[in-house]
Amino acid sequence: MPVEPVFETRIDRLTILDEHGRFDEELGAGLIPDEDVVALYRHMVICRHLDEIAFKLQRSGRMGTYPENRGQEATSLGAAYALQKKDWLVTCYRENAGLFWRGLPMELVLLHWMGDERGNEIPEGLNVTPLAIPIGTQMLHATGLGWASKYRGDDGIACTFFGDGATSEGDFHEAMNFAANLDLPVIFFCQNNSWAISVPTRIQCSAPTIAQRGLAYGMDCIQVDGNDIFAVVKAVRDAAERARTNQRPTFIEAVTYRLGDHTTADDARRYRDDEELEMWKLRDPMIRLRGWLDARGLWDDSKQASLQEEAEAHIAAAVQRASDIEALPPTEFFKNMYKTMPPNLQQQMSTMRTSSLGRNPETADQSAVS
Amino acid sequence: MAREIEFREALREAMSEEMRIDPRVFLMGEEVADYHGAYKVSKGMLEEFGPRRIIDTPISESGFAGLGIGATMLGLRPIVEFMSWSFSLVAADQIMNNAPKILYMSGGQFGCPIVFRGNDGAGGQLGSTHSWCVESLYANVPGLKMIIPSDPYDAKGLLKSAIRDDNPVFCLESERLLSIKGDVPEEEYVIPIGEAVVRRAGTDCTLVGFGRTVYFCEEAAEELAKEGIECEILDMRSIRPLDLDAIVASVRKTNYCVVVDQSWSFASVGSEVAAEVHKACFDDLDNHVHRVHNDDVPAPYSHELEQEMLPHARKICEAVRAATYNA
Ligand SMILES: Cc1ncc(C[n+]2csc(CCOP(=O)(O)OP(=O)(O)O)c2C)c(N)n1
Ligand SMILES: [Mg+2]
Repeated sequence: MPVEPVFETRIDRLTILDEHGRFDEELGAGLIPDEDVVALYRHMVICRHLDEIAFKLQRSGRMGTYPENRGQEATSLGAAYALQKKDWLVTCYRENAGLFWRGLPMELVLLHWMGDERGNEIPEGLNVTPLAIPIGTQMLHATGLGWASKYRGDDGIACTFFGDGATSEGDFHEAMNFAANLDLPVIFFCQNNSWAISVPTRIQCSAPTIAQRGLAYGMDCIQVDGNDIFAVVKAVRDAAERARTNQRPTFIEAVTYRLGDHTTADDARRYRDDEELEMWKLRDPMIRLRGWLDARGLWDDSKQASLQEEAEAHIAAAVQRASDIEALPPTEFFKNMYKTMPPNLQQQMSTMRTSSLGRNPETADQSAVS
Repeated sequence: MAREIEFREALREAMSEEMRIDPRVFLMGEEVADYHGAYKVSKGMLEEFGPRRIIDTPISESGFAGLGIGATMLGLRPIVEFMSWSFSLVAADQIMNNAPKILYMSGGQFGCPIVFRGNDGAGGQLGSTHSWCVESLYANVPGLKMIIPSDPYDAKGLLKSAIRDDNPVFCLESERLLSIKGDVPEEEYVIPIGEAVVRRAGTDCTLVGFGRTVYFCEEAAEELAKEGIECEILDMRSIRPLDLDAIVASVRKTNYCVVVDQSWSFASVGSEVAAEVHKACFDDLDNHVHRVHNDDVPAPYSHELEQEMLPHARKICEAVRAATYNA
């Protein structure tokens, strides 16, 4: 018997508006109505300003650690735009632009990073999951959400976001395998920003693309220019269509770059060179979109100036709202442990002690050891 | 000759010295090589030992923990760094279900001389999933050893013993302590695993702590001394095996005991110590053992709330006063 190929494939990369401003009319015309492109651009500018302010808040001690989103706005924003309200956004920690587009109040995100769990109390009906810090865990939850949507027949999709580094975790592979084998309406959206803190992508994955990891699970996969919001929107729309009509998952690798540090606790200059950074600054999704708008007469410097003012006012108001929220008293931390508070927690709460048996040593009856 | 070095430098010296004398030892983990570790513990080690022995890994805790265990089967002696013990939970099957059981499961054939180490404990405002105190959880498992040093001298001596040990050893390092300085001799030394040490002598009440809680105990002891209560502080240093003899000797002297543990109270190191002390010192105790733990909630994100949930000095003072009938 001759040796014959049993499987051949290739990975496509989708770009519609490239870094030089070239726009693919065939793929891009009518993809996003002009007024929506304007709205998306405005949103990006506002989110970028939030990043700046959050960074300053952290440096002045008013915020804990904060992960900047700068440079990656087009990814989650494009996805949130392409999806429907009933679809779930299952995020990690660098998806502000998409979350705000969906309607998550900015003050909640600020509140969270200022060190308050109430920032994760997501308003009913937004279909957004709380921030995920352990890398990779949320992807399995997306698979579960997709499974539940299918089970309930509600036509919803779960779109989960994660980084290049996260594709090294077992959870990623298990989530992908489940979604493919169970035919689930899930979109796996990888934001490949070249780095996982100080670790370059090649340490995570030795294949030429991360996208091809989806192939092993029998999943449709595509690489997109993640700084091109048109390409992101198209890829997510196609994936959503596939999920809604055929219940098939898709793996999208969006190639982007984090222009800032990993978080405010990091200093990226220690491990990556200026040249790389400068190159990516030219590929900034915001610059590209601005060029597109300018060329069509949809935007100009005076609009930009008033937007900048608007962004400043908008963010200042959000920061004010977040700061106005009163700090929690320590007894609050017992509140959300169980649906109804068990007696031992009630006792700890009323005495604020955790000495032996949780009793208040000053008032507890020493003989009544329960 | 002693010189002052930081806790993180002490850990580094322990690893480097052992790597110089034993070619079987290597260090593996997220960012340990180029970046020198998330907490700069392995600074300079890549430069000295090269990428064959100082290995940057993908974000795959289960992967590199399991790889390390496999490497012990061919006689190597891995040191596996978790960026945080919080993330070791992803590798729970490898570190709880494999490393401590391989000797048993293989009829005594395969030992597992591996060190798992990393940053442990709340207090750094990193949110609940990033602020685990894993000591009670992992100490429950037979087949492993666990050390929790509280100062640079112990960190170096204990970690060297851990690397030489033929069993899996879990070394828990508090991020809050990595920058503290202490005297460490130039000369080589090791500290045997399983020996507690008296940090402060006293006559009225024994405070048993380990790792960061030793500092909470010291703060409380200062305060209590002003009230005329002289505490003896025992630093356990090693959780498994537990130096019960040292604790018992102290409690026989003071007749009172308060255990301070930065993990949750239910089925914890603290409850184990209390149970053993009750058994061994039943006739010596003038009150039951009191325990101070984290409050029974995940580490809050808020700075104030998180500080409050820790087993801090105020709670220790209250427990000691209650235990010694000075409330
Ligand atoms: C299970 C786990 N291991 C390690 C970490 C520490 N950590 C936080 S972010 C990060 C890098 C993540 O990189 P990537 O997935 O590429 O996302 P990015 O931050 O680049 O968007 C690491 C290792 C963690 N949070 N969880
Ligand atoms: Mg990344």
